[in-house]
Amino acid sequence: MTLGSISPSPCSDLCNFVRERTGQNVLDCYQCGKCSAGCPAGYVMDLGPRQVMRAIQLGLKEELLASKTIWLCVSCQTCSARCPANIDIARVMESLRWLAAVEKTTPAEKEIEVFHRAFLGVVKRFGRAQELLLAAWYNLLSKNPLANISLLPGMLTRGKISFLPARVKGGVEVKRIFDKVKAIERG
Amino acid sequence: MTSQTYAYYPGCTLRSSAKEYDISARLVCQKLGIELRELEDWACCGASSAHTTSELLSIALPARELQAAEQVGLPLAVACAMCFSRLKHAAHDLADEAKLAQVSGILGKELRNSTQVVHLLQVIEGCINTVPLTRRLSGLKVACYYGCLLVRPREVMNFDDEENPQMMDRLIETLGAEAIDWDLKVACCGASLPLTRRDIVLKLSHRLLSQARQLGADCVAVACPMCHSNLDAYQKEMETEYGERLELPILYFTQLVGLALGFSPKQLHMDRHFTDPMPMLRDKGLA
Repeated sequence: MTLGSISPSPCSDLCNFVRERTGQNVLDCYQCGKCSAGCPAGYVMDLGPRQVMRAIQLGLKEELLASKTIWLCVSCQTCSARCPANIDIARVMESLRWLAAVEKTTPAEKEIEVFHRAFLGVVKRFGRAQELLLAAWYNLLSKNPLANISLLPGMLTRGKISFLPARVKGGVEVKRIFDKVKAIERG
Repeated sequence: MTSQTYAYYPGCTLRSSAKEYDISARLVCQKLGIELRELEDWACCGASSAHTTSELLSIALPARELQAAEQVGLPLAVACAMCFSRLKHAAHDLADEAKLAQVSGILGKELRNSTQVVHLLQVIEGCINTVPLTRRLSGLKVACYYGCLLVRPREVMNFDDEENPQMMDRLIETLGAEAIDWDLKVACCGASLPLTRRDIVLKLSHRLLSQARQLGADCVAVACPMCHSNLDAYQKEMETEYGERLELPILYFTQLVGLALGFSPKQLHMDRHFTDPMPMLRDKGLA
């Protein structure tokens, strides 16, 4: 076997997608593991960040999109800050979520995906996020009407909840941004 | 006293769960001679969800606010660390001309990407020495918690050291308090997961507070409403989950500055926190 035959080349389609969308070349990763060592959510992930980088190199798209990891990453960017190969790993992780959205993969951490959908649903309709609406919307979408109500009394007595949705005058503008982005992404 | 003017972007949480951050920031800035002109009709920057869903949306939403600041021709001061991160990321990505043209098209407005984005911590730390303090916060030990988004990644945020930032520590020491030396000042608190994976938030936030407490901190200072909410609102749950008494007040850095500038805890809305800081402040002779 020649050395050439074991080099990870040509790059997988997935490598190319990631490079196009994030400018990051995952082939620079030499598996040192510093990302996994510093990842605060690593202990609940099914694939550590180092394994994610390797899986992208190998083009294991289905495994990656079905993983819990891409949803559990909280974008703290510790991995990106510490990567000796200067790969913005958090950005790479984000791009896998974008891909999961495009491919309509069933998310392994459903609630987290629902939360983000609820958040953006509120922003699209009202122009701003608002905790009470967000929690209500999230509960509705996740079909769990009584979730997360334990904090409500404390939030109320401390004046931490505003009841009126803060509708932005330029709300139409915000909605237009959402619509235009969607149109562009659909090609 | 200094004389500076900024366009001001409070961000959504400062209208609801983090009102005390907005109120204390305005009081402090007024006293320091910093004029904050709130952006008219500002909208959400997309944090914490747009960037997990769509690259283009994560740039276009903050770009609307960058464009609005460009119109008034002022640097943009941001209170929330999440918003600060998203606005800085957008400005960074818009340095690409093709992206700038695409996003200008989405906004339907001319966008030059000329807005300078700064965080209130930078603004206030930069001019705290220009007015005399009304009272020094002597004897107060503060764990300065920066979290993730102010400092990382360095090439985008251009804020302070990524692993051991000092800006808030310097500010707190200027107030006469002691900034404790601890190694979790840029560790993650669990971010936007409290509604979905509370277990992770409790574990990560508990680790932070437990260390701060062991090192003798009287309170934790923060510059991010999300960090504040995780560390404060869920503290009782952490105590139950991990069987450890924490009772560590979580204060916005603007509230501590306000205290040193002579505002009362009431004026600074310190009664809005879940962990009541009043017993600690009375104990230190600060209330």
